[in-house]
Amino acid sequence: MMSEHELKSLEITDLRVTFDGFRAVDGVSLRVGPGDLRFLIGPNGAGKTTLVDAVTGLAAAGGSVRFGGNELLGRPVHRIARLGIGRTFQTATVFEKLSVLQNLDIAAGARRPLRTLLRQRRGIPEEVGRALETVGLTADRDRPAGTLAHGKKQWLEIGMLLVQDVQLLLLDEPVAGMSHEEREATGELLRRIGRDRTVVVIEHDMDFLRAFASSVTVLHAGRVLSEGTVAEVQADPRVQEVYLGQPPETVPESVAAATPGVTAEAAAAGGAVEA
Amino acid sequence: MTVFLSQSFTGISIGAVLLLIALGLSLTFGQMGVINMAHGEFIMAGAYTTYVLQQSIGGAGVSLLLSLPLAFLVAGAMGVLLEWLLIRHLYARPLDTLLVTWGVSLFLQQLARDIFGAPNVQVRAPEWLTGNVRLIGGEHPFTLAHNRIFILALALAALVSLALTLRVSPLGRRIRAVVQHRDLAEASGIATARVDRVTFFIGSGLAGLAGVALTLVGPIGPTMGTNLIIDAFLVVVVGGIGRLRGAVIAAFALGVLQAVVEYSATVSVAKVTVLVGIVAFLQWRPQGISTLRTRSLV
Amino acid sequence: MTATTRPDAATAAGPAATSPRRARWRAPLGFALGALLLFAVAPAVLSDFRLSLLAKYLCFAIVAIGISLAWGRGGMLTLGQGLFFGLGGYAMAMHLKLADAGPGQLPDFMLLYGDSDTLPWWWAPFASPAVALAGVVLLPAALAVLIGYFVFRRRVRGAYFAILSQALAFAFSLLLIGQQATTGGTNGLTNFQGFFGYSLLDPVNKRMIYFLIAGVLLGLMALTRQIFLSRYGELLVAVRDSEERVRFLGYDPTLVKLFAYVYSAVMAGMAGALFVPAVGIISPALIGVVPSIEFLIGAAIGGRASLPGAALGAIAVAWAQTTLSEEFPAGWTYFQALLFIVVVAFLPGGLASLGRLLPRRPRLRSRRAPGADPEPEPDPREAPARSGPATAAASSSTTTAKEAGA
Repeated sequence: MMSEHELKSLEITDLRVTFDGFRAVDGVSLRVGPGDLRFLIGPNGAGKTTLVDAVTGLAAAGGSVRFGGNELLGRPVHRIARLGIGRTFQTATVFEKLSVLQNLDIAAGARRPLRTLLRQRRGIPEEVGRALETVGLTADRDRPAGTLAHGKKQWLEIGMLLVQDVQLLLLDEPVAGMSHEEREATGELLRRIGRDRTVVVIEHDMDFLRAFASSVTVLHAGRVLSEGTVAEVQADPRVQEVYLGQPPETVPESVAAATPGVTAEAAAAGGAVEA
Repeated sequence: MTVFLSQSFTGISIGAVLLLIALGLSLTFGQMGVINMAHGEFIMAGAYTTYVLQQSIGGAGVSLLLSLPLAFLVAGAMGVLLEWLLIRHLYARPLDTLLVTWGVSLFLQQLARDIFGAPNVQVRAPEWLTGNVRLIGGEHPFTLAHNRIFILALALAALVSLALTLRVSPLGRRIRAVVQHRDLAEASGIATARVDRVTFFIGSGLAGLAGVALTLVGPIGPTMGTNLIIDAFLVVVVGGIGRLRGAVIAAFALGVLQAVVEYSATVSVAKVTVLVGIVAFLQWRPQGISTLRTRSLV
Repeated sequence: MTATTRPDAATAAGPAATSPRRARWRAPLGFALGALLLFAVAPAVLSDFRLSLLAKYLCFAIVAIGISLAWGRGGMLTLGQGLFFGLGGYAMAMHLKLADAGPGQLPDFMLLYGDSDTLPWWWAPFASPAVALAGVVLLPAALAVLIGYFVFRRRVRGAYFAILSQALAFAFSLLLIGQQATTGGTNGLTNFQGFFGYSLLDPVNKRMIYFLIAGVLLGLMALTRQIFLSRYGELLVAVRDSEERVRFLGYDPTLVKLFAYVYSAVMAGMAGALFVPAVGIISPALIGVVPSIEFLIGAAIGGRASLPGAALGAIAVAWAQTTLSEEFPAGWTYFQALLFIVVVAFLPGGLASLGRLLPRRPRLRSRRAPGADPEPEPDPREAPARSGPATAAASSSTTTAKEAGA
């Protein structure tokens, strides 16, 4: 199922989202190519989740978002999803009453012909089995998703994106609340998945970012503040100012890099309310 | 022209009754997400309170005035009892609440039948409510009946007191806090369970007042609430939850629309027209006329 | 672990949640038993009068099956099924009236109240049996598509949807009452003589109608069961529990809900059509607000998410209503109201879920997980923050079995 499709890139041009006069996203332009594992960071209220909402059709937006040549803005949510775009949510959203297997099978189903809907599922469809392996939930196949541990729910969500065969994954804090080992496993998973897909990750965890990001975009107050490799972004004085609230010259460059465990969230306490 | 005016005024007074009923519903639906199908039987309780009072006191005027506070108390107490017995167990399941309270309404109707008998009863209107005010004379006079003016005044008085209570009193602040963010309100030290109960008391009490008003324009019977409750819910649906303004606009709009269409066609055509209008309206504004803005996505 | 993963026994699962080994035997056995009771035992032991009453209850069971899919599975509180029941019923009744009157003649009641001696244009097509039968299915379906599309498309749901459906049933019954000259008004349509050429006065033919209804009921049960077990059945639960999430998987929830709603409308329409020859009347009093809610009562008491539960519940409640209300009319209303209140409030899975409350030995791991809670509610119990893969796997077999237990 992998690499059969041509590789597409996400091109966002001058994206604007306004809530009651508040500009949550204010002219963001962004290009994420295939095979990229792009991290989107920024203090609370920077517009990260809103940007993902706009791309996936949840929030009305101006400007342009194209994926593989298709304009996404203005399409309903489910049509955008059918173009191969999938997302996860800050709080893992799975169908709690259904089993892991049923969750994955439903995620795989939107691409199937309509008549398969009216038949009973027999056994485990091939792509579902593969996704179970990939996200390591084979043993939990028959458990109701609501009884899974937090980390496993997030893996299940990623698994659902895999069987959905999306080419653009937008992940909203995929490792929040995970243990160290789980984070490692998730990072490896994203790396594997990202080889032939476009992956955008919103994340506050700096260790995780340093370990797995291939490129980083920093948003601040609805605009792109900085963009580049991890090292480039860390060296950007504007980023340090936003994150640490101090003029760059008083902050040793190592501080931003050498505070493990301090998440951007914590560092940016006092920022605006997340939109 | 005068016919149109008369119909409009009839519509406004229908709207006033709807408003009294819908205010209570809107309050409980907005705050707790509870659809209380027994609300109609609280109206009935208010009406029977008026009837009983008149039977025992005699004087139409005195008993009517006395029944206003008493009906409020009776219906309110029933509401509190219902909330305490059943509804508080069901806050997480709004649709089940709807069904359970429908069972309660069935129960209360039968109770009324057993106590007061199945046939409708009447309340004598006091002298000072039987006449009418003539605004335009001549061959096609335009008159305002005293009882309809009274109902309108009652509804407006109830609206103003409710709005003031919500806006300036500490209780009102608490209610609004719970409506806007239940968890946060609870975390800030508001006893949400008690606020819920008080809200239920006020909402149900308003239904009792509506019952008193209805005795002036029609008969009292065990099923009088059922027919009104659907219209009142439609007012809540169109008005949007959590705000009084929406309910006010919706109540009068539906009342007038109903009365005007009813005049030019039939009652049933009027009902169907109003419904189609509502579905069309919801296409345009699924959340009703006015809603509280929240930042949650759901 | 058990505390955090133990499912809410009262609200869990429907027939789909049985372990496959048992289900393989249980469903055919249930059907065989049902067929035996309906086709052999009931006709043998019941008088003609009681049998025709049973035929009426079976019609309510057909409505309950549809409700079970739309409400039990889909979470749509269909509070206005009387509308569709009435459409099917009137379509059939109009045909029977015209057939009784003979070609070119007016139905008897029109001669009585009518002010015109020509047939209204919308009556004319129902003279054809084919049109009438098609109408029984297509009228409810078309109206449900129309209502459902506009309502679901704008994400009107929950209580809003329930109130709107109820208001529509109310308006429909008012409309019928208002047009006495062409619909029979409050009296409805009644006094049918024949049914597609067979005399309805002949007791043998009345029995055949009973058999017809029983056959239709069993057939529809089997069909609906397939839908419950299909992928669509799972998708419907997913839409019920998280409509937004389903959207992001590329489905349009409007269409998913629409199918269940239309299906339940067609069920109600067919039930209404069968009700007419079985009971001999269709009138506004049978399709307004109160009957519409009463359609739900049986399903709720029996078990909204369980097909046999809903059907048996509908039959039992209707039976109890007839027999008990004959003797204690007031007492029955209190009893029905209290039973309904207690079951919905404290046993949302209905009586069908009672079995699950009893202690039972852990079963083999089931392959089908539960999927049929009566109400879309977030699980109040937080999943444990962290659980080792080993413990999770070990406990899963018992918990799934328990949750899945039918």
